[in-house]
Amino acid sequence: MATIAPIHGTPELSERRVNYLNVEHGWKSWLFTTDHKRIAILYLISITLMFFVGGLMAVLFRINLLEPEGIFAPETYNRLFSAHGIIMVFFFLVPSIPATLANFLIPIMVGAKDLAFPRVNLLSWYIYVVGALLTLYAVIRGGVDTGWTFYAPYSSTYSNSYVLAAAFGVFTAGFSSILTGLNFIVTVHKMRAPGMTWSRLPLFVWSNYATGLIQVLGTPVLAITLLLLAFERIAHVGIFDPNIGGDPILFQHLFWFYSHPAVYIMILPGMGVISEIVSCFSHKRVFGYNFVAFSSMAIAVLSFVVWGHHMFITGESMYTSLAFSFLSFMVAVPSAIKVFNWTATMYKGSISFDTPMLYAFGFIGLFTIGGLTGLYLAALGTDVATHGTYFIVAHFHYVMVGGMVMAFVGGLHFWWPKMTGRMYPEAWAKFAALIIFLGFNLTFFPQFILGYLGMPRRYHAYPPEFQALNVLSSAGASILGVGYVIPMIYFLWSLKYGKRAGMNPYDARGLEWTIPSPPTTFNFDTTPVVTQEAYDYGELEEVVG
Amino acid sequence: MWANLSLLSDLQLFPVAASAQAGSIDGLYWWLTIVSGVMTFLIFLFIVIFAWKYQRKPGVKATQIEGSTKLELTWSILPFFVMLSFFWWGAKIYYAAQNPPKNAMEVFVTGKQWMWKIQYPDGSREINALHVPVGQPVKLTMASEDVIHSFSIPAFRVRHDVVPGHYDTIWFTATKAGHYHLFCTEYCGNEHANMIGWVDAMEPREYANWASGGGGGGDLVTQGQQLFQQNGCSTCHLLDSQGRCPNLRGLYNHPVQLADGRTVLADDAYIRESILDPNAKITAGFEPNIMPVFKGQLSEENVIQLIAYIKSLSPTTPASQQGERLQRPVVLAPQGKNGAIKTGASPIVPAQR
Repeated sequence: MATIAPIHGTPELSERRVNYLNVEHGWKSWLFTTDHKRIAILYLISITLMFFVGGLMAVLFRINLLEPEGIFAPETYNRLFSAHGIIMVFFFLVPSIPATLANFLIPIMVGAKDLAFPRVNLLSWYIYVVGALLTLYAVIRGGVDTGWTFYAPYSSTYSNSYVLAAAFGVFTAGFSSILTGLNFIVTVHKMRAPGMTWSRLPLFVWSNYATGLIQVLGTPVLAITLLLLAFERIAHVGIFDPNIGGDPILFQHLFWFYSHPAVYIMILPGMGVISEIVSCFSHKRVFGYNFVAFSSMAIAVLSFVVWGHHMFITGESMYTSLAFSFLSFMVAVPSAIKVFNWTATMYKGSISFDTPMLYAFGFIGLFTIGGLTGLYLAALGTDVATHGTYFIVAHFHYVMVGGMVMAFVGGLHFWWPKMTGRMYPEAWAKFAALIIFLGFNLTFFPQFILGYLGMPRRYHAYPPEFQALNVLSSAGASILGVGYVIPMIYFLWSLKYGKRAGMNPYDARGLEWTIPSPPTTFNFDTTPVVTQEAYDYGELEEVVG
Repeated sequence: MWANLSLLSDLQLFPVAASAQAGSIDGLYWWLTIVSGVMTFLIFLFIVIFAWKYQRKPGVKATQIEGSTKLELTWSILPFFVMLSFFWWGAKIYYAAQNPPKNAMEVFVTGKQWMWKIQYPDGSREINALHVPVGQPVKLTMASEDVIHSFSIPAFRVRHDVVPGHYDTIWFTATKAGHYHLFCTEYCGNEHANMIGWVDAMEPREYANWASGGGGGGDLVTQGQQLFQQNGCSTCHLLDSQGRCPNLRGLYNHPVQLADGRTVLADDAYIRESILDPNAKITAGFEPNIMPVFKGQLSEENVIQLIAYIKSLSPTTPASQQGERLQRPVVLAPQGKNGAIKTGASPIVPAQR
């Protein structure tokens, strides 16, 4: 491992030790900080707030769906699901792991004092906050009813809701995402400690590097799309509305050119977290490191050439659909490689079942189901029968919530002792993990069945024969909601009452576990020199095949 | 809510399959489900076995393994070939869905916020209701007056977006008589959830009875001919080669030489565009800016009527409603008032089973 001399200390000593949290006090020391770790905490607070706002919307519209006729007015329901989608996608999932865990960990993992551009990092948080406030303003003023996809010409011409404010909020938040990605790319290229070669980078860094590429290359297209939308809505320039000479399908091409790669912005960092957790709690190097690292890059590249699978029934030409269907199956291969390698990492390991590992198990199971059900949608024949139904809703929630949110919460547990210096209560944490897993499946599994039965998404009312499955789903959502509140409570509790964590509570490998918990402002007193590969849990003993 | 637990008794888990293509889509669906089920089971099984067998024990260390290129290639290439089977099967279904049989009965659908308007070749119309005979291929030509809608009949496993400014087509053959849901599956505004209706698949004899029961004065062609007169088209398109405008006789489904040198096929989409936006494509030998622009003047339903009329001027057209018209008893039956609408399900009543 790194040959550095960290400040060791007994828990009693480290209490008085200076770290990034207690080095300065007062609101100014937070709002004007350039420390990547403090910015990560700022982001963590902001996205958690947005997560609970978006979650509240979901609870409300799941209540509406208890009755076939609906409980709220259609206007209310439409604004609830739109706000839920916009907030969860652009203000929680996209920044979730990159802006919090990766922001905190990437400089430490590569052996640097900070990200390449610390001030830009702070700027990206401010931009995020402005974008979030604009969107919340749209919600409070009366909401937006276009869905998170803003499809034209409904959004540009027909909708009587606060489309521009919401779209401008998303447009703004995009810059925050671009700046984060840019910072990661430059940091990984230029700031690695001596000896930290590309093949020694933790897989978490690889996956966030791949994510950074998508953020930088894809997000500008979303910005352009939303500008064109605003242009049509304000100035009535015919871009998407056929009545004034536009083409509605153009909007979908532009939108999905960003938003499909964005799906991988929302899952790749989670895959990185799972690689770290599975390795640590199996006490074993990641099986097929090169393949796992390479698959992140393959996913990043292929993610840009599958957007057309959102338009199989929209009227794109048959040959276009054939090509996009084929490419969509291609992108499933690197995703499958990851699942197989995580499973193989456990082989002959020394496995313990700490809370983060439970989340990793949850991730692997739910992501597998989410990924496999994606194949139904990539296949042209079955896409026709499932497009626009609850099948799609279930599929992407298995990937986004079952995958990314599981990885986020799991990663938060894994690195919580590093970030705060405190342990969470293990029994409560295991209980919450179980509740989340059960609640999640009860919420979303019935939706696969509903979808193939034909229940369309975004319906405030539905035929009565769909009620039983909808009631199951709503019941699951209430359990899931409780599951998310429990960690909120014990994380806050642990800040004061949690057991003090040592430098390396899990006996994990990686530079972040060689420095104190919580770290000092500049992470390392002396620049570490790396002499070992990542996941150096012991001498290589066996080579299979 | 708990009072509704009795609902579990009529819990439906799989949709009824009532069209010829439903069977092949369900086949692919089950193939996907079997493969997914086996894959998920295997991964769960390996995780459980490993978690059990290799749980941490004092004094036992993990065996460090670098990886295995052979294994990596195996679990990349094998799934790839399985996925090729999904791709191939899916593509076959999709290809078939693009090519309606020549003898398909034509029905026209116009979506607008928030209703489905159906027009039959015999000129009769319905709202939020579609009646089709069992065993007869039906081709739907669909247009939207406003935003994007999506026309979906789950029991037939057919669905297609209805995009404004385009014609979208789907086709199906109903195989089982019944009363089936019709949904809009692309979010289209406030009452999206009420843009629903019913599809009735009827035995051919019952269908013939139903079709002869209503209907308007004049079939689509006659309605189109009236519009052709009323809008003054006939003053210029003299239906021979003498007018200032192209001859429409024999036009449909034939290539048209354009002024810019291109050649296009005079299909529904071309004729629609040429009515609404005549200057978009100018026929060779004619001047632009002579014909008035009808965008905003004619509804999509009117355009469908005009196209039906123009089609009727091309007797060689194989699948036009010309031939269709004669096959169907409806036009031979006595006819009621012009444009009579058969009412289907009301747009705001939630569907009942």
